[in-house]
Amino acid sequence: MSNPQQLRYSKEHEWLSVAEDGVATVGITEFAANALGDVVYAQLPEVGSTVTAGETCGELESTKSVSDLYAPVTGEVTEVNEDVVGDPSLVNSAPFEGGWLFKVRVAEEPKDLLSADEYAAFSAG
Amino acid sequence: MTSSPLRRTALDAVHRALGATMTDFAGWDMPLRYGSERDEHLAVRTRAGLFDLSHMGEITVTGPQAAALLDHALVGDIGAVKTGRARYTMICREDGGILDDLIVYRLHETDYMIVANASNAQVVLDALVERSAGFDAEVRDDRDAYALLAVQGPESPAIVKSLTDADLDGLKYYAGLPGTVAGVPALIARTGYTGEDGFELFVAPADAEQLWQALTEAGSAAGLVPCGLSCRDTLRLEAGMPLYGHELSTELTPFDAGLGRVVKFGKEADFVGRAALAEAAARAEQNPPRVLVGLVAEGRRVPRAGYAVVADGQVIGEVTSGAPSPTLGRPIAMAYVDAAHAAPGTPGVGVDIRGSHEPYEVVALPFYRRQK
Repeated sequence: MSNPQQLRYSKEHEWLSVAEDGVATVGITEFAANALGDVVYAQLPEVGSTVTAGETCGELESTKSVSDLYAPVTGEVTEVNEDVVGDPSLVNSAPFEGGWLFKVRVAEEPKDLLSADEYAAFSAG
Repeated sequence: MTSSPLRRTALDAVHRALGATMTDFAGWDMPLRYGSERDEHLAVRTRAGLFDLSHMGEITVTGPQAAALLDHALVGDIGAVKTGRARYTMICREDGGILDDLIVYRLHETDYMIVANASNAQVVLDALVERSAGFDAEVRDDRDAYALLAVQGPESPAIVKSLTDADLDGLKYYAGLPGTVAGVPALIARTGYTGEDGFELFVAPADAEQLWQALTEAGSAAGLVPCGLSCRDTLRLEAGMPLYGHELSTELTPFDAGLGRVVKFGKEADFVGRAALAEAAARAEQNPPRVLVGLVAEGRRVPRAGYAVVADGQVIGEVTSGAPSPTLGRPIAMAYVDAAHAAPGTPGVGVDIRGSHEPYEVVALPFYRRQK
């Protein structure tokens, strides 16, 4: 599995892509999606709510378990991926693309986000 | 818990080559899934799936008094099982608590094979040895003597038939016969834990890989896929089959679990637990404690084992198993609930899912029954 180079990563296995307008797209990594198994339910933060880096902002349920979703950055949620709400299996089939989870206007970014290579080393254990 | 190394089955290298996600199950390193567990589940419901179940614990009981010993040690009427047939039964403590649920195969007049859950195999073995005192019968630990492969699903008869001359058409559900499959000597049993037609093949560990590959090839055109323990759990849950440690425990008698029918008071032999089980039977009749029911979610949040079942803000039961059901497309659960709330359609029942009370419909088990 390969982690796209242009993304940055959290130790909670989220990825993030910040656009020029300061809005970041957030999802979970392929590593995390594989570890979860088939995702069957996604509870995403509400549009307009503020999420805080490192704190839970939703949950993902798979066949075997439920996992908290952590915000990789602090900011206001501007959009959630309704396609994933309707079809959570997108998180498994396209974790870095159509399976993105939410967008957030970044107010503050933690300093410990990882590069693709650093995340690959981290997730390899 | 001790941190002894996980045991590996004879098919370990096969699982790794297939890229399986492995999991610790009762001290065994077992395949959890190979790809999508939902796809594996649906393959078994519509085509066929191939499982490695070598963690299951085989115990042989043999000798002139094998039947008498098992009639004493287990709650079923084991002496009445015909040669070549199998029986679902239980082994209980003196106080009626369930030590394990078992399948007993009568291989010959004086020769039985018992299949115990991996997590309980040692307990069952110890109990049988203890209970064999005074009987002219030998209890033998055969856990290492067998690998166990299961082929389950509507295509499984055609797949197995293409690899054996054994009379599968004459092999009824819950029967077993010795034969040869893909050149490998096997005990061919028509049993399973999926709610589908299927076979369980007990073979020597050294033959397991040859049989796995032959079944994979023979089944590929029919859509057979390797299947892990994750889908085995959702398959048995849909079929309303209990799992030890979830629906069954030493705290419960078979009557508490709605499985009193496995206790055969009519058999001649006195058996371990008879007195306590007779009391439990009367109690279940007059004043049932909690009753095992099915729950189907109205929403999409998944109930898990241990979650409280609620009504009017009161706890009325507990979930024992829960999962998203690939067949129903909604989360389902088995739960013990107070008898007053156990009738199908009882309104106002919910599950406390991490603090929020999600509505659930009470239904009769099983959730899924195959069309015959």
